[in-house]
Amino acid sequence: MLALDTSTSAITVAVHDGEQVLAERSVLDARAHTEHLAPLVQDALESAGLRPADLTDIAVGVGPGPFTGLRVGLVTARVLAYTVGVPCHGVVSLDALAEEAVRSGSVDGTAEFAVATDARRKEVYWSRYTVTAGHPARLSDPAVLHPADVADGMRGLATAGRGPLLYPDVFASPVTPLDVSAVALAEVALRQIAHGVEVGVDALYLRRPDAQPTSSSKSTLTEVRGDRR
Amino acid sequence: MADRPLVLGIETSCDETGVGIVRGETLLVDAIASSVDEHARFGGVVPEVASRAHLEAMIPTIERACTTAGVSLREVDAVAVTSGPGLAGALMVGVAAAKSLAVGLGVPLFGVNHLASHVAVDIVEHGPLPEPTMALLVSGGHSSLLLVPDVTNEISSLGSTIDDAAGEAFDKVARVLGLPFPGGPHIDRAAREGQVTIDFPRGLTTGRDLERHRFDFSFSGLKTAVARWVELRQRAGEPVPVADVAASFQEAVVDVLTRKAVAACRAEGVGHLQIGGGVAANSRLRALAQERCDAAGVELRVPRPGLCTDNGAMVAALGAQMVLRGRTPSDLGLSADSSMPVTEISA
Ligand SMILES: [Zn+2]
Repeated sequence: MLALDTSTSAITVAVHDGEQVLAERSVLDARAHTEHLAPLVQDALESAGLRPADLTDIAVGVGPGPFTGLRVGLVTARVLAYTVGVPCHGVVSLDALAEEAVRSGSVDGTAEFAVATDARRKEVYWSRYTVTAGHPARLSDPAVLHPADVADGMRGLATAGRGPLLYPDVFASPVTPLDVSAVALAEVALRQIAHGVEVGVDALYLRRPDAQPTSSSKSTLTEVRGDRR
Repeated sequence: MADRPLVLGIETSCDETGVGIVRGETLLVDAIASSVDEHARFGGVVPEVASRAHLEAMIPTIERACTTAGVSLREVDAVAVTSGPGLAGALMVGVAAAKSLAVGLGVPLFGVNHLASHVAVDIVEHGPLPEPTMALLVSGGHSSLLLVPDVTNEISSLGSTIDDAAGEAFDKVARVLGLPFPGGPHIDRAAREGQVTIDFPRGLTTGRDLERHRFDFSFSGLKTAVARWVELRQRAGEPVPVADVAASFQEAVVDVLTRKAVAACRAEGVGHLQIGGGVAANSRLRALAQERCDAAGVELRVPRPGLCTDNGAMVAALGAQMVLRGRTPSDLGLSADSSMPVTEISA
């Protein structure tokens, strides 16, 4: 399986054979997903000694995350899966952060915890988890919200992701990881497949597009348009 | 592959998801998915809406192109993609898709310039480009006069718009006249019912302007003049003669475009003029360009309207030329460059 994610500041790729990680490549560069991703994919495959045609599955983080970077990951995964003729599995990116938080022991084995990532515009993508049978289980759908709108009772939860770095007064108990690792994402995907859970590959935007057309300009027509209305 | 490379081209610089396949200099298919309807109610292209649509349309469009052409992806010898100029987020979807295809198929990748592709598309329509060729590219995003000695390697810009693109002026005037977006076809249609009765200004065509901006264009003043004219009519409570305004506005635009294009051919001693871009579909532009080219002894080449607007075939056409002329493929680290200059033909 090739796994990749571009929903956080990390552009991350892993090759996993179902039992172990064969290769892992990540770059931290929130503004250059387009440039880094394909070379990382090629590099990871080469280092695992595989050709694209050897892949049996592709897994991709569907977000939520900043749109432009997110789309680069999604289109890369979908087109590669289409090209080599294998299924493409979606993983909620926050679940991959939760997975690593549990595996690395950075959250208590039984307690509730949260994941909060940077949604830009002074908001976070946020979800709440508990731990069952050694794995994270999501208690709430991913949401986009202002840190100030996180309920008081949730603020003390151990929180993974960059949210606590950006809003330390809201998220008082920061834990690692900060960004998605494709290794954790591959592990979530493999477990989903084993349990017959299919998450689609639709982007989790959670926001509607801003309707600002590119040709809107310092137009002298405003007045005329006003008249017509 | 040597003399007839099979090249797949991807175009996502604005609101059309285009996938074209060319074998050598022969067009096999030009598949397109457009999000234009989703933008219509905003009166212009909304970048985020366009980018989302590209993501969803990418695989269906690739699939449709292959099926229609009767080609398997495995046969593709090279992948070409518009790497700029255009809307950054939209370009990135196409560039990432093209890289994925190149990695998955193990074939070279060519990131190419959108404007150069508009010129190259005529190769699959009318055969090899005369060298040099003069190209007038007019659309909602660009208005450029290009001198093209070699479409794979050398293009220089003689002039471009200093404010609005020609197609943008059509959109804005259409809005003033209460015609739908995109404005070009609606103004063209309305103008056929009207007469050129109003003498609207021709930007950058006199005196000092002509010295400093010999081959540049300006449509902002014209657009404002039309808006004022219409507004005065409305304030006076008189009906607006939509067809006449459309015809007069259109005449002002195509007069300047064709006059400068033919003058550029004369000045550079170039015997061929190609017109491309969405505005090339304008019937009056085609007619007046033909008239003036004939008078000047210049051969006019205009691809069919479907190849003038943004499409994947033009990218595939340029990609195939890159392969045929042995140009170096792009690095897999290729960026999308929203303001890629036309002098940079490949990235
Ligand atoms: Zn164009």
